[in-house]
Amino acid sequence: MLSVNKLTKTFHGDVVLDEVSLEVKKGEKIAIIGASGSGKSTLLRCLNMLETPTSGHIYFQGEALGEGNINKKRQKIGFVFQSFNLFANMTVLKNITLAPLLQQKDASKMEVEGKAMKLLSKFGLADKADAMPNSLSGGQKQRVAIVRALMNDPDIMLFDEPTSALDPELVKEVLDVILDLASSGMTMVIVTHEMKFAKNFADRVIFIDKGKIAEENTPKEFFENPKCDRLKEFLSKVLN
Amino acid sequence: MFQNIWQILNDHQERLWTALGNTLRIAFLGFAFAFILGTLIALVRTNPSRHPLMLVAKKILEGYVLLIRGLPTTVQMLLWFFLIFPVALQVRMPAVVIAMIAFSVDGSAYISETIRGAVQSIDKGQMEAGRAAGLTNFQTMQKVILPQAFRNAIPQLGNELISMTKGTSVVGWITVMDLTFTTNLIVSTTFDVVHPYIILAVSYLIIVYILTFLIKILEKAVFKTNAFGKQANKNFSRRRSFR
Repeated sequence: MLSVNKLTKTFHGDVVLDEVSLEVKKGEKIAIIGASGSGKSTLLRCLNMLETPTSGHIYFQGEALGEGNINKKRQKIGFVFQSFNLFANMTVLKNITLAPLLQQKDASKMEVEGKAMKLLSKFGLADKADAMPNSLSGGQKQRVAIVRALMNDPDIMLFDEPTSALDPELVKEVLDVILDLASSGMTMVIVTHEMKFAKNFADRVIFIDKGKIAEENTPKEFFENPKCDRLKEFLSKVLN
Repeated sequence: MFQNIWQILNDHQERLWTALGNTLRIAFLGFAFAFILGTLIALVRTNPSRHPLMLVAKKILEGYVLLIRGLPTTVQMLLWFFLIFPVALQVRMPAVVIAMIAFSVDGSAYISETIRGAVQSIDKGQMEAGRAAGLTNFQTMQKVILPQAFRNAIPQLGNELISMTKGTSVVGWITVMDLTFTTNLIVSTTFDVVHPYIILAVSYLIIVYILTFLIKILEKAVFKTNAFGKQANKNFSRRRSFR
């Protein structure tokens, strides 16, 4: 589905990602954890070219991401931001139908809005269709953001710390949506600080340190039997 | 005193109406073109593309803004009137049109900076969200960034409209019969320096007062329709620094 080959990203001479290689299979759920500044968000942002890699290649369904029309490919890569980034100047319904209406020339407005309403109802947001983003709670905003990403029927969903900007009591409603999505077989990569969630959700957990993949394993092995010292130290700090 | 003022208004009715018309025409049309031109300049200058042509265009526009802001409006107008049109282009053009062009060009430099600032002040997550959904840079600008930027820029744009309206009082330099030039003519024929100038001052005050009122209405209408403004700034403090 997605294949990363020796991806390097530098910002003004600082190496943020150092020859990272990664393979994501169809239907796989991957959790990426690591300290702030380790490069995990940059890695995720490279996966849909929000950051342009300094060197290395990313292949999405066999095609290099850097070549051809990136906008077409991005429609199939759903991205959910930490800070929601709902379009502040339009209602919830307009937020989630903007991209499909601009991109699918043959789809009627009614079809697209019908699909949008169906998705909104599924996530308990139907009554918020005409609300402006700033009248929503953080949890509602993030669920709308997830619906917005789903509107294009993506083949993979990327989540960049989707619960880090939320009040603690709102975290669960967003994680539940993500778990629900996971059970539908969606391919997902999530950067998170929620260790318990990562353990339950992921098929594979990746630990990033200083721009490199320091360790990757099944959740059980990863949390119960960490091998590298840096991960042991990290886990002892975040789990206690 | 009021009798004198009525007398002058009555005697010079026709000229004063024409004068008012010229002042407003130059101010409003000048502002409209300045707004369009300024927005286009701002769009180019905020474009993230590293294409060589874009970089050249950016440099040229940077120079344009520097040049225009470096020259007094009156001087620019004199250059258009005495050099650029008659000598360089060899085109005859009515003075009032030249005044409009001069104010459009002058205003565009300032307005481009206002819009550029407003565009850059929009949370960069808005553009990223648009691009991540597969929209082009242009589509995101058009549907997401500019509507928010214009809204935020209304107070400053209002400022510029008012300042341009008053700035038109120099168009008499190139023989345009605006309020100020007409008043000067009335003074020189009636030898009354008091009342014509009082009329002049009050006219500008009334115009600016009406403009201020209209800008306020616009601002209220726009902010009410989607409760933007203060609330939205919450997202700013929550915004993380991207790595």
